[in-house]
Amino acid sequence: MDFRLSEDQEALRDGVRSFCEGRVPVEMLRELEQKPGLDRALWSELAEMGVFGLRLSEDDGGVGLGMADAAVVFAELGRRLVPGPLAWSHLAAGLVEGAAQGSAVVGGLDLLGVLGGPHLVEHLESLDALLVLRPEGVFRIDPAHLEARTVAVPLDPLTPVHHVTRLPEGELVGTVEEARRLRLEGGALASAMLLGIAEATQELATEYAKGREQFGRPIGGFQSVKHMLADMFVRQEGAGAAVYAAGATLDDPGVGDVMRAVSAAKATAGEGALRNALACIQVHGGMGYTWEVPAHYYLKRSWVLENVFGTVGEHEERIAEILAAST
Amino acid sequence: MDLRYSDADEKFRQELRAWLAEAVPAHGAPPPYSDWEARRAHDTGWQRKLFDAGYAGINWPSAYGGRDASLTEQLVYYEEIARAQAPYIGVNFVGMLHGGPTLIAEGTDLQKEQHIPRILRGEEVWCQGFSEPGAGSDLASLQTRAERDGDHYLVSGHKIWTSFAQCADFCELLVRTNPDAPKHKGISWLVMPMDLDGIEIRPLPTLMGEGEFSEVFLENVRVPVENRVGEENDGWRVTNVTLRFERGTAFASEMYHLQQILAGMVELARRITRDDATAWEDRTLRREVGHLAAQLDALWAMVKLSVSETAKTGVPGLGASAIKLFYSGVYQQVGELGMRLLGRAALSREDVAGLPCQRTIGRAMQSLSLTIAAGTSQIQRNIIGERILGLPREPR
Repeated sequence: MDFRLSEDQEALRDGVRSFCEGRVPVEMLRELEQKPGLDRALWSELAEMGVFGLRLSEDDGGVGLGMADAAVVFAELGRRLVPGPLAWSHLAAGLVEGAAQGSAVVGGLDLLGVLGGPHLVEHLESLDALLVLRPEGVFRIDPAHLEARTVAVPLDPLTPVHHVTRLPEGELVGTVEEARRLRLEGGALASAMLLGIAEATQELATEYAKGREQFGRPIGGFQSVKHMLADMFVRQEGAGAAVYAAGATLDDPGVGDVMRAVSAAKATAGEGALRNALACIQVHGGMGYTWEVPAHYYLKRSWVLENVFGTVGEHEERIAEILAAST
Repeated sequence: MDLRYSDADEKFRQELRAWLAEAVPAHGAPPPYSDWEARRAHDTGWQRKLFDAGYAGINWPSAYGGRDASLTEQLVYYEEIARAQAPYIGVNFVGMLHGGPTLIAEGTDLQKEQHIPRILRGEEVWCQGFSEPGAGSDLASLQTRAERDGDHYLVSGHKIWTSFAQCADFCELLVRTNPDAPKHKGISWLVMPMDLDGIEIRPLPTLMGEGEFSEVFLENVRVPVENRVGEENDGWRVTNVTLRFERGTAFASEMYHLQQILAGMVELARRITRDDATAWEDRTLRREVGHLAAQLDALWAMVKLSVSETAKTGVPGLGASAIKLFYSGVYQQVGELGMRLLGRAALSREDVAGLPCQRTIGRAMQSLSLTIAAGTSQIQRNIIGERILGLPREPR
C-alpha cells in the first residue's frame, strides 16, 4: 500500500494544472460567459491531452489509465472551472465515436437513482450526442430529436441548460450493468471536480485573507477568519482522501466496496465543495457578494455538480443501506 | 494511489486475528473505573500478553524490544485491535506513547535500560505532569520550579489533568529550571518517581463523575539530576519530541473502532420504536448515519494517506492536526446521535429496558474530551492556519 499520488500521477496533475492555468484563466471564464456555445478549440486541446480517452485502452486510441488517474485529472478541471460536459464525454469514450478524440461532444441525463425535478440538460446546444441512463440500460439520443426550451438564465453562467419537455426513447447502446457502471464512474468524476472546487476556494480565500487588511492587520491573522480557513482545509483533506479512495477502489475492487467508496466520495466532496464555496464568499466580505470576485462561480458550479450522479442526501442514504445490510 | 495490503501484511493480519480471537475473550471485562488497583492489573496484564505474543511496542525499534512493524503492518494492527475489541491501552498510555518513545529518542543509556523493558512488559506505569492550572494551551508558561541542590532538583509546583496518577510508578514532568530565560528556554524534562516524599495526589472527578485524572501537588520533591532527559533548559524541544509521537498513530485504533460504534447505532435504531415505526425508518436519521459513515471512511482514508507519507518521510506530517480535528468532530456527532436514539432512556445512565444506556451515554460524554485534550481544536486550527496555510501567527 502506498496511498500517495504516484510520480506519474503527480506529473499528470502538474501537466493538467499548468495547461488549465495557461488556457483557462479567470479572465477567460468571463469571456466565455459572454458568448454562448462551447469553445471547440479548447475541447480539442482537452481531448489531445487525453482528458476524454484517458481510460480507453491504447489499442482503442486511448491512454490506458485508470479511475484514480482520472480523478487526479478531473480534480484539476474542477479547480479551474473548465466548462463543458466533461464527465459525460469522458464516460462516452468507446461508446460514442469521436468522444475520445473530442470531435463529438457528448452530454447526458441520468435517470437512475432519485429524480431531482424536471429534465434539465447541460450544454445541449453544443452536443453531438446525448446519453441517457435508464433502469433499462444506456440509450443514445440525437439531440436534434428532442423537444427542449432554452433556459435564458442558467444558475451557473458557464453551464447553459435546456428544459427538455419530450425525451425520445433513443437507441439502446449499453446494458443495465453498463448504465450502473457509468453512473458510479460519473459519480467519482463529479466528486473529483468537487474536490477541485473545495481546494480552489480554500486557496482563493486564504490568499485574500493574507492580503486584505482591516484594523491595521491582515484579516487572516484574526482567529475567527483563520479558523474558518483551517476548517476549509480540513474539509478539503477529507474530500481528497475520500475521492482518491473511490478512484483506487474502482481500479481495484478487491480493496473495498465500490458503491460505498463512490458514495462516500460524492457525499464528502459534495459537502466540502459547497461549504468551502460558501465560506470563500464570507471570507471575501462585501466583495464576495459581487460578480467581479470569482467566488460565486465556484458556488454555482458546486450546486450544478451536487445535482449530477446523485445528491449528497441520496448517497448518504445509500451508505446507510449498505451499512444496514452488513449489520 | 494503491490501497492494497501486501501478502505479507495479510499474513500478519491472519496471525494477529487468530491470536486476538483467543486472547481477548480470555482476558475478561475491564474492572470498574474507580478501582485503580484492578484497572492497573487489567491493563498491564494485557500489555504483558501483547509482549509475550510479540505484539508489544508495535512501532518501537526492535533494538528496544519492539516489533518494528512496517507502517502498513501497524495499520493492520490498529484495524485488528479495534475489530477484536481488544482491551484499551489504558494505564499504559503515557509509558507506551509518551515516555517510552521519548526515552528511546532522547534518553541516556541508563535511563533506557531502567525503563524501556519494564514499560514494554507492563511492569511500569507512567503518568503525565505537563499541564498546570495556569498553563493549558500555553503549556510553555508552566511555573513548577526545580532548583538545583547538589545532585538533586528540589521541585515545587502544581500539576493538573494527570491521568493514572493514582497507580503510576513514574511521572514525565516538565519543570522550570531557569525562571529568568524566555519561557520556552527555561524548561527541563524530568522522570519523577511517584513514591518520593512531597507528592500529594488529589483526584479531580470528570464530568462523568469518574476519577480519570488528578491534580498533583509537589512540595520540595527531591528528583535526582540524572533523571533529567535531554539538557537542562532544553526541555521544550524534548517536549515536542514527546508530542510528535502522540500526533502520529496514537489514536488510530479508536478511529477505526468508531465504525463499529456507528454499526452499533444502526442496530440500536432498528430496535427502538417511535410511534409505530422503528427509528431506522426515519429517512433523516438514515441520512445522518450515512453522513457519519462517509466521514469515517474519509477519516480512515486520511489515516492511510498520512501513514503512506510517513513511510516515505519518516515523520508524521502536519496533516495530523487535520486528522485530529476531523476525528474529534465526528466522534462527538456519533455521541450525540446515540443520545438522541436513546430518547427518554437517556435519563438513566444504567441500562434500562434492554437499551445500552451506560455505554452510549458514556461515549457521548467521554467524546467531549477529544476536542480539548492533546491540543484543543482551537490550537489545532491555529497550527493549520499558521504552519500549513501560512497565515499570520498568534502572539506567543
